[in-house]
Amino acid sequence: MTVPKRVGRIEFGLLSPKQIRDMSVCKVIWPDTYDDDGFPYPKGLMDPSLGVIDPGLRCKTCGQKQGECPGHFGHIDLAKPVIHVGYTRLIRKLLRVTCRECGRLLLDKEEIEKFSALEDDPYSDETIGEKDVKKERVCPYCGEQQLKINFEKPTSFIEVATETDDAGKSHKIEHKLTSADIRERLERIPDEDLRLLGIDPEVARPEWAVLTVLPVPPVTVRPSIILENGQRSEDDLTHKLVDIIRINQRFKENQDAGAPQLIIEDLWELLQYHVTTYLDNEVAGCPPARHRSGRPLKTLSQRLKGKDGRFRGSLSGKRVNFSSRTVISPDPNLSVGEVGVPLAIANEMSVPVRVTKQNIEDMRTMIRIGPNRPTLRDPCGANYVNRPDGRRIRLIAGPEGNCDTVAEMIEPGWKVDRQLRDGDIVLFNRQPSLHRMSIMSHHIKVMNGRTFRLNPAVCPPYNADFDGDEMNLHVPQTEEARAEAELLVAVQENILSPRFGAPIIGGLHDHISGIFTLTNQTKWFNKSEFLYLMKYTKMEHLPEPGKVVDGVPYWSNKQAFSVILPKDVSMFYKATCCQNCNPCTKDSKEGCPNDAFVRIVDGELLSGTIDKKSVGAMDGTILNRIIRLHGTGRAKEYIDDLTKLAIRGIMLQGFSYGINDTDLGKNEHKQIREVLDKAEDDAAQKIKIFEQGHLEPMPGRTPEETLELQLMSELGKARDRTGDIASRKLGFENSAVVMAVSGARGSMLNMAQMAGCIGQQAVRGERLSRGYEDRTLPHFRRGDKGAGAHGFVRNSYKSGLTPTEFFFHAIGGREGLVDTAVRTSQSGYLQRRMINALQDLKVAYDGTVRSTGGKIIQFIYGEDGTDPAKSASGLPVDVKGIAESVLKEEI
Amino acid sequence: MTRLNVLLHEMVPDHQIMTPEEVADLLQSFGIDEDQLPKIYHDDPAVKACKAVPGNVLRIIRKSQTAGEATSYRLVVRRPKK
Repeated sequence: MTVPKRVGRIEFGLLSPKQIRDMSVCKVIWPDTYDDDGFPYPKGLMDPSLGVIDPGLRCKTCGQKQGECPGHFGHIDLAKPVIHVGYTRLIRKLLRVTCRECGRLLLDKEEIEKFSALEDDPYSDETIGEKDVKKERVCPYCGEQQLKINFEKPTSFIEVATETDDAGKSHKIEHKLTSADIRERLERIPDEDLRLLGIDPEVARPEWAVLTVLPVPPVTVRPSIILENGQRSEDDLTHKLVDIIRINQRFKENQDAGAPQLIIEDLWELLQYHVTTYLDNEVAGCPPARHRSGRPLKTLSQRLKGKDGRFRGSLSGKRVNFSSRTVISPDPNLSVGEVGVPLAIANEMSVPVRVTKQNIEDMRTMIRIGPNRPTLRDPCGANYVNRPDGRRIRLIAGPEGNCDTVAEMIEPGWKVDRQLRDGDIVLFNRQPSLHRMSIMSHHIKVMNGRTFRLNPAVCPPYNADFDGDEMNLHVPQTEEARAEAELLVAVQENILSPRFGAPIIGGLHDHISGIFTLTNQTKWFNKSEFLYLMKYTKMEHLPEPGKVVDGVPYWSNKQAFSVILPKDVSMFYKATCCQNCNPCTKDSKEGCPNDAFVRIVDGELLSGTIDKKSVGAMDGTILNRIIRLHGTGRAKEYIDDLTKLAIRGIMLQGFSYGINDTDLGKNEHKQIREVLDKAEDDAAQKIKIFEQGHLEPMPGRTPEETLELQLMSELGKARDRTGDIASRKLGFENSAVVMAVSGARGSMLNMAQMAGCIGQQAVRGERLSRGYEDRTLPHFRRGDKGAGAHGFVRNSYKSGLTPTEFFFHAIGGREGLVDTAVRTSQSGYLQRRMINALQDLKVAYDGTVRSTGGKIIQFIYGEDGTDPAKSASGLPVDVKGIAESVLKEEI
Repeated sequence: MTRLNVLLHEMVPDHQIMTPEEVADLLQSFGIDEDQLPKIYHDDPAVKACKAVPGNVLRIIRKSQTAGEATSYRLVVRRPKK
């Protein structure tokens, strides 16, 4: 193995014309590639000495075959010098800070001293910039008056002289500098002045930024491809080089023939254009060179730049083997730590196993089964066998196959690529991988079907849903990788999010509705009902019955939940369904009317309802406590039990929602109508006051703004009141109410909009106002300020919208869509910049945060040395929780 | 005109110039060179107020919600011209 070497220093410089000629193997003068017979023209762009791209041929320069020959540079002698677009900024700076006559830096000795003094200061790395030299001054060395230099994109430099004529009027005389002039000037700059400007003249003389000779990249860099119809299609770079050579030849001919200055200048400019676009086809102020089809050419700079460029696309972009990807779908019967893998994938992917004396018989059976494991129940087979000498044998199934022969051949020391089987650990990932929980390890379960199956409780960390999402799966191939996957990346190790120090995995949607309906108030179950509930949990013994009536034992709903709790959990808190009554009656004899105060003592749920606060993803207070008390393994079991209990709980009654669940009585409809009518009347009243000019403006607002605010709040209140009317009618027998109160999904507002009134539509927090002249739609009078004319929707989703309301609703809805689209792109870019800045920081063993250079970023991680995942929702110690579990009473 | 002393503002943490011995101890305890310390520009208002010059090391003691007090150290450097 070669010893890794440290990069001592990196030098950036320019290629000098001499270097370009030295490395060139061919002077290219022929502006074509292949002749009619398909042979490359000598001295053409595909000259055989530039490298080989055809298999079977040997390179004329190095004699190697295709794939071995790295290719060799050629060169083009340009008829006249041409500016390199990449260095226009540098050229501009140098022209401005040096004398147009003698080329010296336009600073006298003293001024230079000021900068040179800094050289002994180790804390400075300053060089002289454009701003340090006054404009249009006189050269301190030769006394030449300096002129202003204008730079015009992409490559023109113009000298502006101010002249005063006889009449005392001053005009500006513009003189365009040719590339040859510029090159001459740059040549005059002395080496020592360049050092002051931060340029090392040994490796980058500035005149080398004006090209006199152009390197021609090897053909391996720009291979031509042969299309299906046998036609050759050249690379974009080759096309561009053809243009350059053609113009260059024409330029030379005209020059030799003594063509008029005008024609020469035109050709020079054309040559400049071609060289510019060859280097960078996206320069500002320069029309991009196009292919015959109209597609802009991909030239040198485009190959490197951007997401699909050489750096981000080819070098940092990694591709891997042993990975698979398919659609995901839910399976609540799996544990959160498992993933269902289709048999087809499990057959294709493999794990290397070394053959030992102990396992050789097992390996033989696997090899005999071969690559086609027929059903889930069959033991896994094997796809390849690797001999110690590095040879790899592919196993072929069937009577003509080699499975049985190979099975007899294997000896300890060989390796067998075994197919995946139940219990193998794999890494599971969903893009975008925004946080570390986007990749977690699961144990696989081979299944029928074509999708990956996962427990819906692990959706939040992946941010996955099942509307067609796809996920990736990777199989670790070494013992170390599997150990790390098990110990660091496992699902249960990622329950606590380092983002907020609380569980990110937990019950969602139906789990919350289910556990809510199960635990709300007090319900009694007989033995068979209770066993039905507990069927899929890991309950080992039936608890003592809560009550016995006429010799029949009954168990309460609270007991059912207590079964899955560890026996030492004691907690006291208000659940999500707490209505914040004033005064709170939790300590009175009757207790909370909503059963919203949770009391858990020694793992027994004494009162309260289990809902989002207790079990929800990103909430999960009980889960949090279990992790602290018993670790992540027990927490995983708890999640599995909880989700199964909750689903059984919801299945007791069933849980669904239909159009008639939004039905209200005649009375309610009447009340809603009255509320809306009154609100619209009030609004009209306010408008009237405003129009009469009697409206008292609020401080710092115009009367118009005041009116808008008042109308918004008036109409908002009306919508809320309809919601109140609707919710008075709808109780816990209504699924939407259960979902909203328990925090499973939706809110009372969503319900009010379905049953009562959708309410005011807004864009940027204001009523809709744009569209036609002084009105939103031609259906209204100009200047109409009424509720209906500015996006108030008085219908509900159930009653249906009028055409104008529908249109307004679409306007309001569009804003949300645009916002999410903008937000995702912005936060994606922010994330990228953040990762680039932080990617190689690490916490060292002494607790400091350091960069790769050993530079200290923080003296203690986070300035408090706390792992946020192990903090109590951000606090270092959960004082209240500890006190409560010790005292077993609320504090 | 009386200028505001930024160090007296409650949001500005305590900046102290460290003695060469203290600096040597600090560098030794973390096993680092001077240039591996975090930097602060010489024209930072707090640096100007406590009259530190490039080459000094400042001890900055901040109040922290979680840790009570968090100490960090910064080397004063000249701001490079842009």
